[in-house]
Amino acid sequence: MYYVFLVIFGVLGALLRYSIGLMIQTDFPLATLLINVAGCFLLAFLTQFLNGIPNFPKKLVSAIGTGFVGSFTTFSTFALESAELLNLSDYIGAASYILTSLIGGLLACVLGYRSSEILLATGKGN
Amino acid sequence: MPINFIMVAVGAAFGVLARALTTNWIKRKWNSTFPLATFIINMAGSLLLGFLTGLTIDNQLLLVLGTGFMGSFTTFSTFNVENIELLQQKKYLHLISYLGTSYVFGIVAVFIGVAAGDAVT
Repeated sequence: MYYVFLVIFGVLGALLRYSIGLMIQTDFPLATLLINVAGCFLLAFLTQFLNGIPNFPKKLVSAIGTGFVGSFTTFSTFALESAELLNLSDYIGAASYILTSLIGGLLACVLGYRSSEILLATGKGN
Repeated sequence: MPINFIMVAVGAAFGVLARALTTNWIKRKWNSTFPLATFIINMAGSLLLGFLTGLTIDNQLLLVLGTGFMGSFTTFSTFNVENIELLQQKKYLHLISYLGTSYVFGIVAVFIGVAAGDAVT
């Protein structure tokens, strides 16, 4: 049953990624950058927040995190787009893309954890 | 184009399953502090996406195998969460090597994949 949910969430995450890619078509790989950074925030936030809700099924948290957010974000396309920028000798573009992904991804995770901590604390206070 | 969405969905279904099963298998086989499972998945996926790009295949097949399968097989969010966990555990050497090797080898893997795909075509 877990794998059924995992596949459903995974397909939804991938379709959202594909749709955003269709909507944002720029020379600089903005779509993947936004998807990946937003996904880092989401994974950190959702994992901690949903696990903080009493009686929320742990398997469902895992299916959402691994399935939806895991398939929404992608590493292979990021690497391909970086290689393409390097291939075009767009070193500034490549460096910007790699560095914003690296720093943005890590910061987004930290922000995701912090946000859920604040929200859970507020919930407990009421 | 609804058919394109179906192509992505089919590839993604297999990609997410492959990621979950591969992760479980690697974690059972090698219980390491270094996040080996995601690392191997991301490197293999980058190599294969490069290979698919090097082969000049039809667009719908690329949607199934590239956007769908490789897109869902590899992941950026788990990779970053694992790095934050290494940071919290003060495993700085693991953190630096995980970040460094993933970014460098991931891009190198794409180049190798593209070259291999070109060679086959």
